[in-house]
Amino acid sequence: MATVVLLAVTGLGLAALYFLVASGLSLVFGLADVLNFAHGLFLSAGAYVTWWASSWVALEVALLLGVAAGVLAGVVVELVLIRPLYSRTIEQVLVTVGLSLAGVALLQAVFGADPRPFPRPSWAAGVVPVLGARIPVDRFVLIIAAALVFLGLMAFLRYTRYGLIVRAGVENREMVSALGIDVRKAFTLVFAIGGGAAALAGALAGIHFSTVSPATGSSLLIFAFIVVVIGGMGSVPGSALAAVLVGLLQQFVNYYGTSGAGDVCVVALLAAVLLWRPKGLAAS
Amino acid sequence: MILDVAGLGVRLSGLDILHGVSFSVPPSGVTALVGRNGAGKTTTLRALMGLSPYSGSASFDGSVLSGRPDQRVLAGIGYVPEDRCVFAGLTVLENLRLAERGRPDHDLVYGLFPELRDRGEQKAGSLSGGQQQMLSLARVLQNTNRLLLVDEPTKGLAPRVVTSVAAVLERVAASVPILLVEQNLAVVRRLASSALVLSGGRVAWTGGADDLLDDADLTKSLLGVGH
Repeated sequence: MATVVLLAVTGLGLAALYFLVASGLSLVFGLADVLNFAHGLFLSAGAYVTWWASSWVALEVALLLGVAAGVLAGVVVELVLIRPLYSRTIEQVLVTVGLSLAGVALLQAVFGADPRPFPRPSWAAGVVPVLGARIPVDRFVLIIAAALVFLGLMAFLRYTRYGLIVRAGVENREMVSALGIDVRKAFTLVFAIGGGAAALAGALAGIHFSTVSPATGSSLLIFAFIVVVIGGMGSVPGSALAAVLVGLLQQFVNYYGTSGAGDVCVVALLAAVLLWRPKGLAAS
Repeated sequence: MILDVAGLGVRLSGLDILHGVSFSVPPSGVTALVGRNGAGKTTTLRALMGLSPYSGSASFDGSVLSGRPDQRVLAGIGYVPEDRCVFAGLTVLENLRLAERGRPDHDLVYGLFPELRDRGEQKAGSLSGGQQQMLSLARVLQNTNRLLLVDEPTKGLAPRVVTSVAAVLERVAASVPILLVEQNLAVVRRLASSALVLSGGRVAWTGGADDLLDDADLTKSLLGVGH
């Protein structure tokens, strides 16, 4: 029982990281039709700015600076690189893949390729006994952070005018524009939100893994893409559900099967969903 | 003239859809844009809204018509697309709220479509075709427009609903000029004072709507239908 509880909470913690990366990715793709391979860079920006700033200020403040860096990175990438390329899909893919590779290379050049130790604050240290299992507190930090982001995103989508524009734009972007709405502002906003959420994931991943490395962004991004496809493009609840499925599946299969089998099962789940519900779990 | 179009050309996926289409829309009444399927009617409206790339020029109330679709709407052009294009996942109220500009006239909209008031919290995707068309019209009519581009508003609707939609457009046309794409010639006869026939992406005929509809041979040769 204790093992199952530990695996479940650890799986949910991993799911929280996937959700934080995938939610922004999903909104960006659903609204702007941009497959942003540079999304992992926002995560790395958050992780490294938090890590760097934690030498000077309290980790909580450093974490806020990391999120701000992710928001800024999202806005700059949208305004400078993506905006001139809307409706030019191939060029978008080339630019975002190139930016992703260049970003990793830049981080390696500045900070080195080896993982750096990431500080762990007192509120994320220690263990908590739950049903006989000793659960590291950082899992709960991840889950609570993702839950708060989920609730915030749902409130934004449900109760704000820009949320309404995003929901409508995911359905039919052209028609939103034909109703007199400058949909480009919404594009910038979802990039900012996605950048902030990914940066938060980067900083929390640093706390969770106790290290930060240039490759963290790309490794989490692969599973985030899978989560987006399984959940349904543009759907925040879909991303949340898919993240939980992927996180739990990975943990349980890796533990009870052989190491790495969890990743294979995730890909099998992706294939099954694509065959059964090609538009994802959240598609109506 | 409220709208002057000169040499409008549209090329999509390597195919020329419109070939130098020129016409004018008077500042009052309904101008019907008719033609067989594939003649380029919807493409003409989409180009005028900036939704399709085009060559040639258009002026709206004396100013060059240019810019993104939202800028054209803000200039005073209301657009009701083919197939309604309501946002299925949003409620009726959310669809209306999304489209609001300045001071929307809710009384006018609920006066024209009282049913929408009762269905405010219903998802637009669960409305009937006629109700969706009402919502599509209401989204635009709640705002102040100087010209309306309306694309096949009666397509696929029951005869009773066609009559209702035509009555609404008749009332709206008393204050706002309309460029109306319409296949239903009875609706054209009821609403339009002038007509423009497109054929193969070119203007084949322009004149009074009655002149077109009263000439059975002309109607048959241009539109392929008798009436």
